Amino acid sequence: MNGIARSASAELFRLRKWSAVWVIVGVWAALTLAFGYVFDFVAYSTGADSFASSGVPREALLGGLLPQGLADGFVQGMPMFGGALAMVLGALVAGNGFAWGTWKTAFVQGPSRLAATAGSLAALVVIVVGIVAVSVVVAAAASLGVAAAENQAVVWPAATDLAESVGAGIAVLGMWALIGYALGLVTRSPALGVGLGLVWSLVVENLLRAVGAMLSGIETATLLLPGTAAGSVVGAVTGATSAADGASAPGVLTSLTGDRALVTVLVYALAAATVSLVVGARDVA
Amino acid sequence: MNEILVRTDRLTKRYGARVAVDAVDLTVRRGEVYGFLGPNGAGKTTTLRMVLGLVRPTSGTVQVLGRPAGRPEVTARLGALVEGPGFYPYLSGRDNLRTMARYRGLPRAEVERVLDVVGLAERGADRFKSYSLGMKQRLGVAAAMLGDPEVIVLDEPTNGLDPAGMADMRALVVSLARGGQTVLLSSHLLAEVQEICDRVGVIDDGRLLREATVAELRGGTVLRVRATPAARAAEVAERVVDGATVVRAADGVVEVSAAPDAAPAVARALVEAGVELHELRALERDLEDVFFELTGGRDR
Repeated sequence: MNGIARSASAELFRLRKWSAVWVIVGVWAALTLAFGYVFDFVAYSTGADSFASSGVPREALLGGLLPQGLADGFVQGMPMFGGALAMVLGALVAGNGFAWGTWKTAFVQGPSRLAATAGSLAALVVIVVGIVAVSVVVAAAASLGVAAAENQAVVWPAATDLAESVGAGIAVLGMWALIGYALGLVTRSPALGVGLGLVWSLVVENLLRAVGAMLSGIETATLLLPGTAAGSVVGAVTGATSAADGASAPGVLTSLTGDRALVTVLVYALAAATVSLVVGARDVA
Repeated sequence: MNEILVRTDRLTKRYGARVAVDAVDLTVRRGEVYGFLGPNGAGKTTTLRMVLGLVRPTSGTVQVLGRPAGRPEVTARLGALVEGPGFYPYLSGRDNLRTMARYRGLPRAEVERVLDVVGLAERGADRFKSYSLGMKQRLGVAAAMLGDPEVIVLDEPTNGLDPAGMADMRALVVSLARGGQTVLLSSHLLAEVQEICDRVGVIDDGRLLREATVAELRGGTVLRVRATPAARAAEVAERVVDGATVVRAADGVVEVSAAPDAAPAVARALVEAGVELHELRALERDLEDVFFELTGGRDR
């Protein structure tokens, strides 16, 4: 146990000084701001129909931008953009250690390979929690700005709603980060891990869902995909009514019930962590 | 002094049909600098990786500090630089060591100590990727020294260094040994091993050919006699010096195992026996001769 804690501390130390981590956090914060707030606010204030706001009444649009809509606001981009970025992060954290030879250096410091890998996974989860916290702060700041600009009262969402969204965010980003991590370890290469992960999450899954809409056999299979589960978790906490609902951000789905989606996400996360721990104990050649 | 810290027993590693390490039995004793000598590709790094627990043996065992290699309690008492320094390029040298110190649960002061020992204290704030190869290697040795481990394993620590860097690295290893640390060092450079090691294991093609002290391997001094007739000279020299044997006889040159102070007696006897003496001198065989003798003189 001590070895895991020491390994996690070492990983956190080097990760927080890595610009790549901050680039990912920064890009995610910018995407949250742009897609969650800026575009919708422009659409609201100009009355124009944007791709994200078509068919949504202006009052509803404003409601989503104010602090009262915070619980939905910061998680909407997570199934697609957030998940992809989290996966890139996981693949980089695990895969670069092979290119740099840092795994072998870490593995001869004392903690067992299992403990070192577990500590590294723990550090990754801590960073994911931090990213979700940054999302909340960025979204809250943006919503306060909208409230001030529109002279609206500041009403925060219920703590339970907020907590639910935070939990959903950690589950979704955590799952993708862990899948990315496992890919980085299995391929022993950051580039291959990132590439395979992105092709899967952004291209293959969406294609399968599109095909699934026409072929029922494939549709059943798509219900088991990590992206479907992640999208449905966010769909459940944000109260999206249907996938075709114009108010939903891309990637937010209603294919699964919230409970089933969450279980699927957790199973994927657990499987990715297990694969990482097993693979992390391989010979380091 | 004779306590054995590293012992391998018929240690073998196979990659498919290729045998990288073949039934190697080596022993490293406390306080010595052990040189693991062999040409590139002989199996040195694979053996060291098994000693460190990074690679699992196909068969055979490795005991380090009395326990199976790779156990956390063993690894914590080892320091290692394996096949080039592996560090985070974006971190400074100091932060790289601080990361490794965290794995070991060591305080910051220990990082400053080892930086100082390897002479990197002033460049500690610079990023690892800006370091020269020599500095990278020294940082690797610094990481291996963290926490003052009982055994330090250095895999080809002078690889790729310029002559000045090599000299610095040798001085560093010698100073480690003077401090009482046990060092297991691999090298393909004979001069290096001859200079700094107490005992040597010679490996080639995955097999440990010989394990002995440097002095034993070199086998003492020989007297080289160039005389005519050579056969008669050999006979006389063997008769004059107690226990002397002819170790080489070719091209009119005879080499007899004997101490340098036997030279006058040999000279006198040769002259009295009517042999024409052209040259007589005491030679110390160097490790290179022994090495090529052991490895069959293959040039790689």
